[in-house]
Amino acid sequence: MKILMNAKPFEVAHEKLDEVLRELGVTSPSIATAINGTFVARSQRNAVVLKEGDRLEVLSPMQGG
Amino acid sequence: MQIYGQDIGSALLLGTAQYPSPAILKAAIKASGSEIITVSLRRETADGSGAGFWDTLRDTPCHILPNTAGCHSVQEAVTTAMMARDLFDTNWIKLEVIGHADTLQPDVFGLVEAARILSANGFSVFPYTTDDLIVGERLLEAGCEVLMPWGAPIGSGQGLRNPDALRSMRAHFPDVPLIVDAGIGCPSDATRAMELGIDAVLTNTAVAKAGDPVSMARAMSLAIKAGKLAHDADPMERRDMAVPSTPMLGMAELI
Repeated sequence: MKILMNAKPFEVAHEKLDEVLRELGVTSPSIATAINGTFVARSQRNAVVLKEGDRLEVLSPMQGG
Repeated sequence: MQIYGQDIGSALLLGTAQYPSPAILKAAIKASGSEIITVSLRRETADGSGAGFWDTLRDTPCHILPNTAGCHSVQEAVTTAMMARDLFDTNWIKLEVIGHADTLQPDVFGLVEAARILSANGFSVFPYTTDDLIVGERLLEAGCEVLMPWGAPIGSGQGLRNPDALRSMRAHFPDVPLIVDAGIGCPSDATRAMELGIDAVLTNTAVAKAGDPVSMARAMSLAIKAGKLAHDADPMERRDMAVPSTPMLGMAELI
């Protein structure tokens, strides 16, 4: 199915969030996730399922003021 | 200074953005003596630079204060705060709800709403606000235990645009930790804030964009200590006219 990760289109075979992240090569433990604007906790990534057209946001630490 | 139950020894909070290099950032943090540093969250890049940045900071002894910089709506700010808690493993959040992209002025209505939601969800909220007293009251009612009024617009380096308003805030909230956030340009601005009785100062651009950020970090640290010492020493009152400091008694008649 097609999803958007950080506004870029990807074709993925898996549905569960933790498996999708692995499939897309996101292996860093220092990330936080949201789907369609809703926060998904680290502990929920193996339970939450993505569907066609979902917008996945993967954020990491950045310099800030 | 005590904030959300934590004893904080340094009255300088330092931002981590815009430094020439990670090494200079680390050296500046050390020179500043700061115990609280601010960070942010952005989209993960293919090169994993976010994780690299985090690796350079996670071994500092500082408290990490993530921000919601760039968020323009309550929902955006709340979701970003939740992601920050998951990522940085802290309940602390520097809450920014920005009203305008050009002025970066806080949307104080959205700020109060987001502060209420986050406080109810166990966050310790550090709200970036204006110097408005009623907004301050609403933020405290929403659950905030600290207020962070602006000195001047973010990144402007204009110093304290309205010292009288900050003095009013100090008088109105005598027991609430007040941190001037944004607008500091020079160490003298930080000193002035501390002389007014403000508890701490948060700065980023003034240090990061200095020609020598490490020296500027140290200058800020010393300036804040001087301002705090001066405030506690109870400065003299201003006078409209000159008053001789040398005694007139015993003046010779030499004409």
